[in-house]
Amino acid sequence: MSDTAAAGAAHAAHGHHAELGFLSTYVFSTDHKMIGRQFLFLGLFMLLIGGLLAMMMRWQLAWPETAVPGLNFIPEPYMFGGIIPPNTYNALFTMHATIMIFFVVMPIMVGCFGNFLIPLMIGTRDMAFPKLNMLSFWVGAVSGVVMLASFFVAGGPAASGWTGYATLSARAQYTGVDWGQNLWIISLLILAISSLMGSINYITTIINMRAPGMTYFRMPLTIWSLFITAILLLLALPVLTAALAMLLFDRTLGTSFFLPEGGGEPLLWQHMFWFFGHPEVYILVLPAMGVTSDLLSTFSRKPIFGYHAMAFSMIAIAFLSWIVWGHHMFVSGMNPLLGTAFMMTTMVIAVPSAIKTFNWLGTLWGGSIRFTSPMLFALGFVSNFLIGGLSGIFMASTPVDIFIHDTYYIVAHFHYVVAGIIFALFAAVYYWFPKMFGRMMNEPLAKIHFVLTYIFFNGAFFPMHFLGVAGHMRRIYNPMQYEFLMPMQHWNVFITVSALILGASQIFFLYNFFWSLFAGRKAERNPWQANTLEWIAASPPPHGNFEVQPVVYRGPYEYSSPEVKEDWLPQDKNLGTGAAARAH
Amino acid sequence: MLNWFPENVSTFGGEVDGIFWLIFYITTVWFFITEGLIVYFAFRYRRKPGEKAAYVLGNTTAELAWILVPLAIVVVLDLWIDIRGAAVWANIKGERPAADITVRAMGKQFNWEFTYPGPDGKFGTEDDLKIDNDLHVPVGKVVHVVLTSKDVIHSFFLPHARLKQDVVPGREIPAWFQISKPGEYEIPCAELCGFGHSGMNGKLYALSTEDYEKWVKEKWPPEK
Repeated sequence: MSDTAAAGAAHAAHGHHAELGFLSTYVFSTDHKMIGRQFLFLGLFMLLIGGLLAMMMRWQLAWPETAVPGLNFIPEPYMFGGIIPPNTYNALFTMHATIMIFFVVMPIMVGCFGNFLIPLMIGTRDMAFPKLNMLSFWVGAVSGVVMLASFFVAGGPAASGWTGYATLSARAQYTGVDWGQNLWIISLLILAISSLMGSINYITTIINMRAPGMTYFRMPLTIWSLFITAILLLLALPVLTAALAMLLFDRTLGTSFFLPEGGGEPLLWQHMFWFFGHPEVYILVLPAMGVTSDLLSTFSRKPIFGYHAMAFSMIAIAFLSWIVWGHHMFVSGMNPLLGTAFMMTTMVIAVPSAIKTFNWLGTLWGGSIRFTSPMLFALGFVSNFLIGGLSGIFMASTPVDIFIHDTYYIVAHFHYVVAGIIFALFAAVYYWFPKMFGRMMNEPLAKIHFVLTYIFFNGAFFPMHFLGVAGHMRRIYNPMQYEFLMPMQHWNVFITVSALILGASQIFFLYNFFWSLFAGRKAERNPWQANTLEWIAASPPPHGNFEVQPVVYRGPYEYSSPEVKEDWLPQDKNLGTGAAARAH
Repeated sequence: MLNWFPENVSTFGGEVDGIFWLIFYITTVWFFITEGLIVYFAFRYRRKPGEKAAYVLGNTTAELAWILVPLAIVVVLDLWIDIRGAAVWANIKGERPAADITVRAMGKQFNWEFTYPGPDGKFGTEDDLKIDNDLHVPVGKVVHVVLTSKDVIHSFFLPHARLKQDVVPGREIPAWFQISKPGEYEIPCAELCGFGHSGMNGKLYALSTEDYEKWVKEKWPPEK
């Protein structure tokens, strides 16, 4: 009782926030929900840019060295009457990957949903450090501006791949890109500061500010996934930061960390990059897994199957992510015995990944499934993640990797894993849009969006496996330069046509999103009849979130519980003394 | 995927393909079972009026058995792939069979520069011969390639021989292959190496013993 009273008083003390001006409400806001929305808009804007870069690449691969329609305004030497030259092509895939990973998936899955959901789902007013939170967004936005600015410097943006392998990235003469690469490094250094502030905030908030009764094992799996992600971010990004600083010194101050002529070692970059890079994959995919778990349970109207197994398997995946980085380096020239060791550790990841897949299936089993648009996208994520997981076994095997390393097989694999996150991302947007903006999105449009996205995503990425099997190298500008690839060129055309339709299908999303923002049906508090705490707040929740401090009596997945007549049982619902006693 | 592989022409290529097919069959079965279950469950357990979902937590041992049994299968399959793969890997990248001929290959933006030791069999002597992009080897002989780079990381890729090895500046990295069928095969660079990466492509001429002898005589004419 005293907890609730104290929280009520704290809430009253927050009342004055209602009188904030435009600037502090919409721009320099310290409200976690506004910061979440800001991250969402940043991410969606960057998604548009990253997607357009991919379309240009696909045009070049299907119809090499022909003019891309509508782009003849771009001046030489970046394009020649709409024709993409090789160095611009290299810049396209470098920036496509950098933007999609660091400025789309991270800002939306971690930045937007982390900020928006953590305080609401654990039942508190705001993040532990609201000002740090605001700073985290604005530092991130500066980083985005620096990254976009690199498109406009002489020599163009970075063109050494998102992996920035030294020595190619360590000397301007090797790529012909000078300040573009420097700005790429500087932008990521700034982004690392933003992520660091965000992750400290997430960890502190989840440890210290859970509502009364919200034990760790009553947290929704979305929160578990964001918690583990924040820990990975905190530990992994400093390694990238160190590597980036060394690379910048090599480029500008004449050091030789990665340059053999000065006694440096190019493979050191790869070890540092992938020591960060593999946890990074799970930073990207864990929140998608968490969201998917919550959505499958909610729309199957059934508890998640094996809640503890789900939480522990995410912890296991996070732990394993630190000891598998060498699988990116089987043919890099490192000791072949290390290759064998890294193959063994990598194969172990199949175990926690399989637990997750089986438990998702177990959740569907015996359910009463509602095929809402968030549920369709969540199912789409599961079925695509399965393909990405299974194709990963091929390159985890050292001898097979000799052949398929650096081919389109790996491009197919990581798009099924990382680009597949877009399904969880759309699921999350459709699911939490009513809470974020107080309005419902249009359901028929969302379903059309799902069907088109699902079909053409697979049309674009599945045939890349075929190209990989034929030995088609990744990052080549013109496949027609190789005799052994010519019989496969029709697949490149097929992929490009699918990718163009996939890109065009996103118009259904953008239209729906912006139309619903202003004209969507007003959302009630709990439109999906879900159990978690964000749904007891108003839609959208006011500054301070809850009218009274919620008290938690049970886990988040009590759907179709025999204790109540309806098929959901919110976490804060007090069923009388018996239930309350069990809660403590 | 059945006939999209480039034709295998190396002695160890068959073993690499063998592991590929092993994993292919395992994952294909797994794929159809799991995706089939998703579709079946989605259809079978779709919402029906008046029916409530089962209240199953999946926390008891009996319920978790549904997970633990397939999990045990995953572990066994993992180990199978590990053990088979480790043996093939050791064969290709571990101890190499003794060389019949040795060639040095240097990656440089954007060519392969091959150096032959000449009749004396030693590098760094006058009869060394440097040839850009064309590599002539006899069929059925063990060829050692010593890989170096002049500038950035390249990757020596013989798709038809199932061989790939990165070439790192500051290092000498050994690789080997043995071609089983005469022919001309491409040697693309498989690691991004700059604006000319695409099109950095050498050619392997795998010659019969007689043709190889003929080529050697042409390049190093016997002194009269």
